[in-house]
Amino acid sequence: MVEIEAVAVPVLRADCVSKSFGKVPVLFSINLDIYAGEVHALIGENGAGKTTLMKVLAGFHSPTSGQIYLDGEKVALPPNGETEKLGVVLIHQELNLAEQMSVEENVFLGREIMKGGVLDRAAMNAKVSEYLREIGLNISASDRVSDLSIAQKQMVEIIKAISRNARVLIMDEPTAVLTESETELFFQQVEHLKSKGVAIIFVSHKLGEVKSISDRVTVLRDGQWIGTHSVADLTLDAMARMMVGRELSDLFPPMNEIDVDAPVALEVNNLFAAGVEGVSFIQRQGEILGFSGLIGSGRSALFEAICGINPIYSGSVAVHGQARQFTSVAQARDAGIVYLTKDRKGKGLLLNQQMRPNLTLFSLPKFVKRFGIDRESEENALTRAIRRFDIRALDSGVNVGDLSGGNQQKLLLAKIMECDPSIVIIDEPTRGIDVGTKQQIYHFIAAIASEGVSVVVVSSEMPEVIGVSHRVIVMREGKIAGEVTGDAINEYEIVRYATGLKKESANV
Amino acid sequence: MSDKPASKKFSLAGMGVDLTTAGPAIALLILCVIGYLLNPAFISEGNISNLLTRSAFIGIIAIGATFVITSGGIDLSVGSMAAVIAGVMIITMNALVETIGSGVATVILGCLCAIILGIGAGYINGALTTKGKIEAFIVTLGTMGIFRSLVTYFADGGTLSLNFEIRGVYRPVYYDSFLGLPIPVWVFAVVAISGWLLLNRTAFGRYCTAIGSNESVAKYSAIKVDRVKTYTYIIQGLCVALATIIYVPRLGSASSSTGVLWELEAIAAVIIGGTVLKGGYGRIGGTILGALILTTIGNILNFTDMISNYLNGTMQGLIIIIAVWLQRGSAKN
Repeated sequence: MVEIEAVAVPVLRADCVSKSFGKVPVLFSINLDIYAGEVHALIGENGAGKTTLMKVLAGFHSPTSGQIYLDGEKVALPPNGETEKLGVVLIHQELNLAEQMSVEENVFLGREIMKGGVLDRAAMNAKVSEYLREIGLNISASDRVSDLSIAQKQMVEIIKAISRNARVLIMDEPTAVLTESETELFFQQVEHLKSKGVAIIFVSHKLGEVKSISDRVTVLRDGQWIGTHSVADLTLDAMARMMVGRELSDLFPPMNEIDVDAPVALEVNNLFAAGVEGVSFIQRQGEILGFSGLIGSGRSALFEAICGINPIYSGSVAVHGQARQFTSVAQARDAGIVYLTKDRKGKGLLLNQQMRPNLTLFSLPKFVKRFGIDRESEENALTRAIRRFDIRALDSGVNVGDLSGGNQQKLLLAKIMECDPSIVIIDEPTRGIDVGTKQQIYHFIAAIASEGVSVVVVSSEMPEVIGVSHRVIVMREGKIAGEVTGDAINEYEIVRYATGLKKESANV
Repeated sequence: MSDKPASKKFSLAGMGVDLTTAGPAIALLILCVIGYLLNPAFISEGNISNLLTRSAFIGIIAIGATFVITSGGIDLSVGSMAAVIAGVMIITMNALVETIGSGVATVILGCLCAIILGIGAGYINGALTTKGKIEAFIVTLGTMGIFRSLVTYFADGGTLSLNFEIRGVYRPVYYDSFLGLPIPVWVFAVVAISGWLLLNRTAFGRYCTAIGSNESVAKYSAIKVDRVKTYTYIIQGLCVALATIIYVPRLGSASSSTGVLWELEAIAAVIIGGTVLKGGYGRIGGTILGALILTTIGNILNFTDMISNYLNGTMQGLIIIIAVWLQRGSAKN
């Protein structure tokens, strides 16, 4: 470990911190220390435990084992954000501002300055204006937060933190939603805070930024502490390698040879939609096409546009050689192309209903006989689905919300397969489910593809994309950053595309 | 299904009775026993027939409201809508007397006019909610005011009266009986059975429930959410039109006080019947019982001097609050 000032005591230190949710361990014995005036980056793949660690450091989660030291003294951090009083402030990825209130009101929310029993607006306004001037932000204290840009809102969060005398500022992907010029402004503020002796911990997937702004970097992988290094000692490639470096097990089924002469099932040409900027690709019949990239890189947005959930601005989509532009999910379904959402609970299943109505909801017209729903064929479909996808429920009358995540995911897969699609898009096929069920789902995907169905697997878990796909397309900022096939499919390549270290043009 | 509001509240739970569906039925039964004890004339054929006829208006409207509420909406405009439909219907029929006389044709045209108006008004509510993306509460609060003021305007602040000759032709629709049951009760029964089939046996009904449960899931499940929601408001409008058609011959007039507070009675009937106000679970059978319960309370108060008839609203209010309180109880379990 590289220490900046050998004599100094770290402001905040985590010593062998572990965290489990129920029986699921998320963090294994993590060490992290942060000094005053230091910028410390936290990097790792999705699901590596970065967010959990930050929440532990800010007191939102209490560690299952291990110790937290503040100024060298053992502390039990108070829950629910009360660590702010100790000077440790976490700025969430989803900003916590009251949109309809002014900047001044937000900054002083919950600790308003009072005079004679009423709000002393003048005093608060003066203070906030001073902060704004100091930080060089060109907005007024009385501006309404909902009128600000995302970058400005983030600055308001930071001002809020400074006004609470924050000594440690923990930020979850602060630059994910910022444009390049906004990021620059943000970094100026970070430098400014640093010079005032504030310790800053931040998560970023953009390794270039990490390299340019931070002093030290800690790498997490699968909840394990991989190492803490001075940024000067690490190249970007070394960082990417530390983030990845994992063996693939036999979690995945053997892959079918793809028929290179198979007809094209899906062809997308220069597609523009919300969050999608000029994407083109083709997919052959029976091919499993992986889509990798960071969260927010436009993968879900792309397929939601293709399947008629969100509007297409321009560009073309051809399904089985026929140009199509779907304006509803029903049209896409009838053309044989279906999308399985990654938000199982919010968009996938009716949790307060039983399995039968959930299974048939997507393809309900198929079950209508003489105006009414044919219960018998619904029951038969459920029996078939339970057998085919190995859905385990105590009895078929339970509410779907009471099933385990894995069984919910299997039911969701059964639901979209019920309409016999020819192209299936599965977004995050195994989010939040156990390894055993994951393996089953990978086998289902392989089986579906071997029947001639084209499968798109959108996933943030790299081993998954690599393990199941014939070919992987990597997206970054709404565009296709690169494509990897055959032996070239490895995490290192994908990470380099996803983080912008490698551009497609460099590959050609 | 999952809602068992009464199971912990009544000792009957131990007897294996499914209080989910039985709750409102038991409440109605208890009310009837009370009514009989207070005055044996309560169960006379005349009173029962009168009670059912009175329930028909609110009941029919409440069946429409069950669809709207099940799919996560609300329609506050139904009372005013009934008033404006009644008003326009009377104006139309009176006008037709001069051209085609006071025969059955005039009445049929008047009824057609009512149905078109009901469907149109429902479509406006639905389109503003879905295409206009305005909350249903606000849209229907607005149309409630508009419809109410329109009927006042048409009646010039007074009362619109149906032509005396047509009244004679139209009268049987409210006052006559068929196979021993008054015509309004038949209409109520037909609407109830159709509503039950539509909600429980068709894809449309399933879609309503799905949308009320979780609109995002419905959208991702290839359901045309906007269209289905608009249809629920159209069904509501149609139900209001039918209720108005059987209501007009009763008094033969319409004024600004026609149908006042019907929206609240209809919503109350739906909620008492076990339909969840935030959507996702609807029961037509419960709604019918709810409408009967509300009418029975008023009827019993007419039969007794113990409680003033003016306290009708108090009794209804208490029943609504108790019904929802029992629903909440189930949420905690």
